[in-house]
Amino acid sequence: MSIPVEANISLVDKHPADDLLRADRFPHILCPGCGIGTVIHTYVRAIMESGVDPDRHVCVSGIGCSGRAAGYVNVDSYHATHGRALPFALGIALHKPDLVVTVISGDGDLTAIGGNHFIHAARRNINLNVICINNFNYGMTGGQTGPTSPKGARSPTAPDGNQDHPFILPHLAHAIGASFVSRWTVLHVRQFQEAVLRMMEKDGFCFTEVLAPCPTSFGRPNNFAQGLHEMEMYRDRCHIENGVSRMSDLQIDIMDPDWPIIVGNFVDVERGSYGEHA
Amino acid sequence: MDLSRAQVPHGLVHVIAERCKQCDFCISYCPVDVLEYSEDTNSKGHHFPVVAAGKEQACVFCRFCDLICPELAIFTSESQADASDG
Ligand SMILES: Cc1ncc(C[n+]2csc(CCOP(=O)(O)OP(=O)(O)O)c2C)c(N)n1
Ligand code: SF4
Ligand SMILES: [Mg+2]
Repeated sequence: MSIPVEANISLVDKHPADDLLRADRFPHILCPGCGIGTVIHTYVRAIMESGVDPDRHVCVSGIGCSGRAAGYVNVDSYHATHGRALPFALGIALHKPDLVVTVISGDGDLTAIGGNHFIHAARRNINLNVICINNFNYGMTGGQTGPTSPKGARSPTAPDGNQDHPFILPHLAHAIGASFVSRWTVLHVRQFQEAVLRMMEKDGFCFTEVLAPCPTSFGRPNNFAQGLHEMEMYRDRCHIENGVSRMSDLQIDIMDPDWPIIVGNFVDVERGSYGEHA
Repeated sequence: MDLSRAQVPHGLVHVIAERCKQCDFCISYCPVDVLEYSEDTNSKGHHFPVVAAGKEQACVFCRFCDLICPELAIFTSESQADASDG
């Protein structure tokens, strides 16, 4: 490895968060401009600021590019089968209630193949923190349309544009009983980190949707060929509206350049987490 | 408030060049345009961020380049130097 030394920069080989990463696996496999790395970074920072010993944090992922998260963090972590991050995680959470169990997985993993687990884990208010990385498609397998793909979005399985209505994930999470619900983007790193910290300290089923660029699979056919293009779209179109009054206003129409994307912390209620009254 | 005596935080930028994939997030979102691309590349052929000429004292230690980086390839540390002197 030969890195020429530039005069005007301090070149180093370790990041302050490296102790909580499997740094020997870096650079990671995620594409240039992919937002998943920023989610992993934010989660690791939240662990550092949580005041909870990293030994008590557990990370569970399913399958997909987002599902790689569990493989890059240096806490106890599990890479479950596709759609099964939640059943695996709730087993841990119920058996070891002193652990802080966070699921990091994709829109497809959590809400398509894993959708049934999602609704029932929330309904029962299991003490879990769920970070759903919504990149609007099945990134890993080539960008197929999934349940969060916007209407009109092009993909290999919808070459003329998606005809289906997408899920509004925070609306869904609220309807099925989540105790905490938020939506941020990887551009809103500070607010996103605060939401993750809130989930870590809060009992019950906590959910954050984080919008993230997938330039390779979703971006290319939809005019976001670079991660930065989608970040600029977030910057132009996101409005922060904490405690939004109508969850249906959280609909995302990414194809309409004038459509506002509402982000914020929307729900934070006490509902009695699973097993609390046992 | 005596602005001439106000302490503006000042940061130093550190880069792990081999991790950079040239996504441009740090360069685009630095609020004071401290960063530009290196002339050299890392072993994967990516240009990585360096401090632009004349911007050596400009970092305000907001940490945004660090927080936003998907590769954990850049971070800042607070410098003890008093920016209002320079
Ligand atoms: C049982 C099963 N069905 C299908 C697949 C193929 N598969 C792998 S990842 C994936 C989709 C992942 O999408 P998402 O969760 O949104 O993650 P992303 O890659 O977009 O981050 C699919 C369908 C699989 N691995 N296992
Ligand atoms: S295919 Fe998409 S989601 Fe997967 S690593 Fe590349 S940019 Fe990220
Ligand atoms: Mg996805």
